[in-house]
This record gives sequence, C-alpha cells and structure tokens, in this order.
Amino acid sequence: MKYDPSVWAIIIFISFVALVLYISWYFAKRTKTAEGYFAAGGKIHWSINGIAFAGDYLSAASFLGIAGMIAIAGYDGFLYSIGYLAGWVVALFVVAEPIKRLGKFTFADALDAKFNSRGIKLTAAISTLVVSLFYLIPQMVGAGTLVTPLLGMPHWVGVLIVGTVVIIIVATAGMASTTYVQFIKGGLLLIFSLALVITLFSRGFSTAPDQGGNIEYHQFTTIPITVIGENIEVTDKSYAVSEQWTADNKGKTLVFAELSKDSVKSIWKLDAEKNILEETLYVTTLPDGKKLYNGGTIDEAKFYQVGNLLDIEGKAPAKTKTLDPLTFFGVIKNSTVLLWSKQAIKDNDRTLTIYYQNPVKGAEVLKPGRIYKLDSAIGGTLKDRLDFISLMLALFLGTAALPHILIRYYTVASPIAARKSTIVAIAAIGLFYVLTLYMGLGAMTGGVVDLTNDNMSAPLLARSFGVIFFAIISAVAFATVLGTVSGLIVASSGAVAHDIMDKYMGKKMTDRKKVAAGKIAAVAVGVIAMVLGILFKNMNVSYLVGWAFSIAASANLPAILMILFWKKTTAKGVIASISVGLISALTLILLSQKTFNEVYNLPNVVAPVQINNPAIFSVPLSFLVLIIVSLFTRPKTSGTDAIPATKIPKIEGKPAEENR
Amino acid sequence: MDHGPATEWKEDAKTSKIKSKIGIWMFLGYTVVYAIFIIFNVASPKLMGLDIGMVNLAIVFGFGLIVLALVMAVIYNALCGWAEEKALKLEKLRVHKDRMEHKDYQEHKEHGEV
Repeated sequence: MKYDPSVWAIIIFISFVALVLYISWYFAKRTKTAEGYFAAGGKIHWSINGIAFAGDYLSAASFLGIAGMIAIAGYDGFLYSIGYLAGWVVALFVVAEPIKRLGKFTFADALDAKFNSRGIKLTAAISTLVVSLFYLIPQMVGAGTLVTPLLGMPHWVGVLIVGTVVIIIVATAGMASTTYVQFIKGGLLLIFSLALVITLFSRGFSTAPDQGGNIEYHQFTTIPITVIGENIEVTDKSYAVSEQWTADNKGKTLVFAELSKDSVKSIWKLDAEKNILEETLYVTTLPDGKKLYNGGTIDEAKFYQVGNLLDIEGKAPAKTKTLDPLTFFGVIKNSTVLLWSKQAIKDNDRTLTIYYQNPVKGAEVLKPGRIYKLDSAIGGTLKDRLDFISLMLALFLGTAALPHILIRYYTVASPIAARKSTIVAIAAIGLFYVLTLYMGLGAMTGGVVDLTNDNMSAPLLARSFGVIFFAIISAVAFATVLGTVSGLIVASSGAVAHDIMDKYMGKKMTDRKKVAAGKIAAVAVGVIAMVLGILFKNMNVSYLVGWAFSIAASANLPAILMILFWKKTTAKGVIASISVGLISALTLILLSQKTFNEVYNLPNVVAPVQINNPAIFSVPLSFLVLIIVSLFTRPKTSGTDAIPATKIPKIEGKPAEENR
Repeated sequence: MDHGPATEWKEDAKTSKIKSKIGIWMFLGYTVVYAIFIIFNVASPKLMGLDIGMVNLAIVFGFGLIVLALVMAVIYNALCGWAEEKALKLEKLRVHKDRMEHKDYQEHKEHGEV
C-alpha cells in the first residue's frame, strides 16, 4: 500500500538525529581511553544501564516484527516475546555478575580470563562477528524498509542514513554515546508503546474500524455463483469469468477466479459450501519486476488495509465502549476475527500473490497454532514440534550469549550494579513485551494491517490515532534501529580492535592506538553493514534475528556456562565448543528448508535439513564437545587448570556496599 | 598489621559462591516453569485454549512467565543483598575486632606489658 510521507515524521526524525549527534559530540570530547571507548569508562549508573539494555535489546525485530506477527497470526507471535524475555533470566541468575567480574571490554575477555589463550580470543572474536552480522543485516534492511513509507525516500537512502548516523555515534564516543542513545530510545519506546495501548483501550472495538473516522473500512463483498462441473458461473451476468485457478494449500484445494466487469478485473475465492465467491486482495508481479496492487499501481491506492472483528460477541454491526486489559481479551475471545491467508499462483509470465479471507473464532487467535502447527489434529508433525522446541530453546539460551548485550555489563562499576541493571532491564523489557500482545491484536482488529508489509502494523496502528502519533512512533522505530545497530557495531569493533588486533595478533597497542583501531573498525563494520543492507533489500530477513540467537546459544553459551561452573573446563575444550557450536549451527541453518525457500529461492527443492531452528541439535553438541575435549586435554599435574570458578578478582578492594 | 584486600578477597569469594548458588537454583526453578510451558504447548496444544475468566491458559501462562521473571529477579536481588549485607557486617565486625585488638596491643605496649 502507499504511505504518504508525513512532515511531522520528518521533523521528529531530524530532531532525534540532531539530538543523537549532539550526544555523540558531547561525549567525544571525554572519550580518550580504551576503557572510555569500549566500556564508557565503567561509570554508567545501573538504572541508566538497565534502560539502555532495553534500548539495545528491543530491536526492530521486537518492535516491528513481533507486533506484525501477532497482527497476522495472533498468539504465536507472542511466543517470541515470551522467549526473548525468558532469556534475561539466564542473563541475571547465571551470567551477569560473573561476566562483569571476569571481563574488561569484550565477552572474549571473560571467556579468556582463566586461560590467556590466543585460540579462545580468536574463536570468541569470530563468533562475535558472525552473530553481530546476522543481527545487523535485518536491522539495516529494516531501516531501509522504514524510510520508504515514512520519509518518502528510496530504500538505499534509509540504509545510508542509519549507517552514517550510527558510524558517527560509535566512531566519536563509542560506548558512552551508544549508551545514552540506547537509554533515550529505550525510554521513548516504553512511553509511547504504553500510550498507544492506552489509547487503544479507550477507543474499543468495532466491526467496521474506521481509524477514528479518518478512513472508512472497506466492506468485502461476496457474489453468488453456480458451479457446473469444474467451471464457475456467476449469477450476476455483468461479471465474466476470465481465468480460473486451483491451488493446493497443504492438502486443501483452493479455487480462485478472475472476474471482469466493465473491463475492471478482480480476483475472488470460491466458497463451494455457500456457493459464493469472496473478494480477495492480490498483488501481481509482472515479468519486469513491477508490481500491481489489486490491479492498479501503488499510487492508485486500490489495496486496502484490513483486519477487523466480523462480529462482536455474536452481534454485527457492533461497537464496544472503553476496554481494560482483561475485557480486551474477553471481547476478542467471544467474537469472530477476520484473518487473511496467502496463496501464490504462477500464471504464465506473471505471479499472483492472493490474500483471501479466513474468519476464525477469537478464542483461536488467543492460543498457539497459527504459525507453529503443534496439534496433530491440524496437521502438526514431529518436525513442527521439534522446530518449536528448538526456537524456544534458542530464545531462552541466546540472550545471555549475545555479544552486544554482554558488553553492556562492562559499562557499570561493579557486579552488583550489573545485577541491578539486569533487573531494571527485565522490568522494562517485560513491560514492553506485554504491550506487544495488545499492539498486535489491536492492529489485527483495528483495520490497519497492510498485508504486503506486516512489519508496519505498529506504526499503522499509531497512524489510526493521528499523524502526530504516527510521526512519533515512526521516529521511535528509527531510533530502535539506531540503538541496536550502535550496540552491534561497538561489539564488532571491540572484537576486531581489542580481541583480534591487540590480544590475538599481539600488537601491544597503546590506549590511544586501541581507540583509533576501534574507531576504524567501527567505520569498516558500519560500511559492510550498509552494503549488506542494500544487497539484501528484497530478501525476507526477519528470521535472521532468530538465527543469530541460535548461533549465539550454540557457540557462546556452553563456553560461558562451563567456564563459570565446571572446574575441569580447558582452553582447548572452550575453543572446540565455540567452533563446533558456530559451525554446526551455521551448517544446519544454511542447509535448512527455510534457507532453500527464502534465501536461495529454491522452493521446489527438498533441503537436506528439514528443521529450521538448529539450537536443539547444536547447543547439546557444543556442550558435549566441550566436555569431551576438556576431559582429554586436562593437564596431568592437578591444580594448574583447576582454578576455582569462584576465584574472582577483587572489586577494587572495597567492601560490597561501596560497590553498589 | 594489614587488614587490606587479601582478607576481603576471601570474604567476597564466599559471598559470590552463595550468590552463585542462589542464582543457579532460581535459574533451575524458572527453567522448570518454562519447560512446562513448552511441554504444554507441544503435548497438549488444546489445553492452552482452556478458559480462565476472560482470558485463557495461553495468555495466563505467557504473562505469568514474564511476571514470574520479574518477581524472581526482585527476590534474587533481595537474597543477594542479604548475603552481601551479612558479609559486610561480618567484615565490619572483624575489622572492628582487629582494631580493638590492635588498640589493646598498643596500650599494653605503651604500659610496657609486652
């Protein structure tokens, strides 16, 4: 659908960028040392760090992706919220304080604190770069996707703007400016998401949601027909059937017909039980790559926003009064929701993507099953269940192993502050994820969903409350990308300058040279991220974030946990575990059916690996390799390797109270 | 007589060990609840649709996991704080005792009793 660029969106976006650049300039003057650059001097207050954690963690995948997934599929999208938040429990209870005690600038420092092994430094740095890259690509593509509808600029301009601003943030003041950008972004995201949900409650539901009176809801029509043999005949003779297609959708036969009336074509779906044709929405991709929306160009605006309740508690038309957090669910549960399903059809040299109506009981959208087919009664298989378990495992174990999250522990003064900042992060992130369910369901029932771009569901829900709200939420969405990309680039820059150049290659750099190397690395990684963001433009990359979690959980977490809690862990065991976790997770991902379908564009080729999330295999494998290799490489003289996990550097010789 | 870091190191390591144990048990507790959530979804998806007032089990469990994480985080912080306070009190007591002993020693020395 076509989005008109909002002047307010541009003004608010420019103001935000100006603020971010001012922060970078302000901290640049104060950032002279390596500790200042890579860890903000370890002087950030735990409460600020906690919100900055939220700003770092709540990426475009969380804000745009989850809300969009819930808007399209209901509760299944919320499973990501649950998994993403649960991962913080691992971070708090197991990782936060020890990582702060053991590390200095990067998570490789913590892994290597006990061994001083070049191999650990190198493998941990490579793992950091791979995970960060998997995380960076969707953020950059997301930046481009946002800029087109919101500011009316081409995709590459969006990538370039975000890339340039982020390089300035990171290359000027490193972690200090990044922290405050993430703090502001985290705060804004929470405040305006909460405001959006409150206004949603005050509006209530309607069977014909008109976006506050701004846009009349398109009522989809039906046409009576007769079916003779396999041919459809329309009762209203002003329509002529010009094409007819059948498609197989997981064993279910779907019939579509193209009708002509007064030379205007439209596509309809057959409901054989009721003997009617139902109106659809469709996108035609022409041989030259151009797209038509409901037969017209994007400027003709023929493609409608959708999503509504067909009846409210059995009544239609109907409208509710103001809702509260419980009645919101109660109304949906007892109503019928109009969802939309998708079917692709190849017709000669054009490809049709047809979106057809799929009414479901509200109770169904409030429970799992629309993305993850776990119930065998609706076709769920063992593979589906393994995929689901694997995803939930990756989300649970991945958070505490994400390099850009771990380095934030070095920005506070003490392990106690690290713990407290994690608790603030859990509160902030938990609140946001609760709100995602309301925002997603609000979009699903509010007539705002753009079926061609479900990632826009949250901003479009905001637009239904007015252009200013839309502009603010859009600016927050940009800020979301800026905050997360900054964190990723700081992590990558540390891996290159501190782990590889300084520690692995043994360049023995001075503080000044290390900061310079970090800045050059930040610019280089930023440029690579921009190039990838432009190259991957047309690729559906939202699932790359899920894969980044799988890789982090497989490559990093076993090493972190075993170093902390298993005294027999050896350096070679850690190196083997990181390498095997990284390679096995990557191999399983690259050979999975999803990669064949969506990355290699080979939907008709059966991939060697049918499961799409590797964590269920690669995480146990990584643990196993670490244990076996460690047992075989233990030093013969006892004690040299068995430094107790609890032997921890003192905290500047101060009693605990003073370190809070 | 030096009452400096060497002794504090020992105390801190002990407190860290206690906190680490608390963390592992709380982590295991949460993991069990999280695993039950996954098992319910996989083994009996229909159960997740069970009506609970205006909502269903899926929403109660999902929100419950988020709220439980926060509640356990606060409890963990309180327990860690308690362990740190205890260690701190013991440390202060020890320092005080050492000072007193040192003072007595000095007094005895001044009176020529040593």
